[in-house]
Amino acid sequence: MSINSAQGPRGKSKRFDLIRTWRDRIFFIGFLLAILIGVAGLAALLIDVLVDGLGFLNWKFLTNYASRKPLESGILAPMAGTVWVVGLTAIFTVPVGIGTAIYLEEFAKKNRLTRLVELNISNLAGVPSVIYGLLGLAVFVQFLFNGSRNLTAGALTMTLLILPIVIIASQEAIKAVPSSYRDAAYAMGATRWQVVKTVVMPQAVPGMMSGIILALSRAVGESAPILIISSLVWVTFVPTSPDSKFTVLPLQIFTWVSQPQEDFRSIAAAGIIVLLLILLGMNAVAIWIRNKYQVRSE
Amino acid sequence: MSINSRSNTATSSNTRLLPDEVVRRRRRQYFEQSIVSWLLRVTAVISVLTTIGIVVILVVESVGFFSQVSVWEFVTGREWTPLFKPQKFGALPLIGGTLLVAVIAGLVSLTLGLGAAIFLSEYAPEGVRKVLKPVLEILAGIPTVVYGYFALTFITPMLQGIIGSDRVIIFNALSAGIVMGLMIMPMVSTLSEDAMIAVPRSLRDAAYALGATRFEVSTKVVIPAALSGIVASFILALSRAIGETMIVKIAAGATPNLTLNPLESIQAMTAYIVQISLGETAHGSIEYQTIFAVGLLLFVMTLAMNILGRVIISRFRQVYE
Repeated sequence: MSINSAQGPRGKSKRFDLIRTWRDRIFFIGFLLAILIGVAGLAALLIDVLVDGLGFLNWKFLTNYASRKPLESGILAPMAGTVWVVGLTAIFTVPVGIGTAIYLEEFAKKNRLTRLVELNISNLAGVPSVIYGLLGLAVFVQFLFNGSRNLTAGALTMTLLILPIVIIASQEAIKAVPSSYRDAAYAMGATRWQVVKTVVMPQAVPGMMSGIILALSRAVGESAPILIISSLVWVTFVPTSPDSKFTVLPLQIFTWVSQPQEDFRSIAAAGIIVLLLILLGMNAVAIWIRNKYQVRSE
Repeated sequence: MSINSRSNTATSSNTRLLPDEVVRRRRRQYFEQSIVSWLLRVTAVISVLTTIGIVVILVVESVGFFSQVSVWEFVTGREWTPLFKPQKFGALPLIGGTLLVAVIAGLVSLTLGLGAAIFLSEYAPEGVRKVLKPVLEILAGIPTVVYGYFALTFITPMLQGIIGSDRVIIFNALSAGIVMGLMIMPMVSTLSEDAMIAVPRSLRDAAYALGATRFEVSTKVVIPAALSGIVASFILALSRAIGETMIVKIAAGATPNLTLNPLESIQAMTAYIVQISLGETAHGSIEYQTIFAVGLLLFVMTLAMNILGRVIISRFRQVYE
């Protein structure tokens, strides 16, 4: 402050300090407001959905098929579709995602090729989901299944979409295993695969699990690629095999939102509540696993 | 110790008894490992194949389109009417619609996200930070179809109430942009905060010692030092906004419209792709090919932004390590 007073008369510097103090306070409020607006946006979204949809959420809604009459509409078909898609996606994703992560972390030489593969994976994580839909449409629907828009095509597309997330999360889980564990096993003459199988994996599996569940929850909420793959709007049956036609929960919500009638909007809100509850449950399980089995490296 | 040495002698006596068995077991272990190693390599190749697949599909499927419509016409044409005659394939209205929404989302997310990041890293006590940060990150986990619903049933009526329902069309770019800004805000705030936290404590202490206020430390020391990280977070968030589909499909409309007025209805590139996919477009027709051409353009735009963002982040890391 002595610098300020040396520059000019005392009163001027005092006023300057006062301005600075007030500017600090005003911007403190501004920054606080920024984060509170974000939180308020979240609150408004949840309240909006709950107010619109809660009244329509009942047992009939959970067990009916979609209908032209809003009040008789239900989410049985999209719920079953979502369970199918997520189940198949998990079956495809888990071996490939964990396999890639193990390869990159434990087997691959740290050379330029490996770096390129890792760069490629992080780039894939940034590709818009709608592009995966186009990939799935051309490769799985048109080429592999001859134009059949079936569950497997949808699940394979979702697999490619969440694979980068699963790989990155699994790599993190493997990295969290202290290298002293590996060194101890190597010192006893274990092969690389034995080290992975008996030392790294048991430690890394909980971290991988929580990463995979989070990635699958992304797949549950994703609609754009499924919309391109399935394209079907009114599905009124429960899929019985991997080559059935299907719809999923977010897609059904989208269909209802797009209807002009007010009641369909409310039905959509009821669907959103179910979707959010499913996501909440999956996230809770992932966090619970992470907290319960977290590897503490010192 | 005694137990250990006893078991050691037991193993070594085994070794002495059956050397063949040990060698065979060792061979089997290495054989198993080489098979596993190959299997793992195959799984790692899948992600590379995905990238190749995306590029090949987008290019191959749009070759037919670009044989009928020149690339120049596609990126500079001002009319987009692929579904009715006369067909015009100028993608500028779609690009403009996408960018209009993305710019609004960018403004919202930069203002809120940067403010939130400064608050979390420079002002908030640890307890407040621990509560607010996860709450904010819930925003990033909400499905986009839900945001679309929120834009259509909450933000749009609110805008109509404020600006006047005669001036705000039900499907408009502003509503979609605001909601999208909310969605990408945690991305901006988390990545910016990471960059700010990486600024060495000593720089802040030096400024405080000179009598600077917290605001001055934030804006004159921390933000300039973390600028590359903040810029990168913003670019990555914008790229996310450009690729976002459901919000623009539900709330921004389906009228390819080259306009700067955010209160009008537009059509984004992603929304066009989805619109055609929902319709009965024959496989192999030029309408079918347009979605791959638009997809290719979208892919190139987001890839360029993602690479740019990552280059900036890695530069920034080098400064502090």
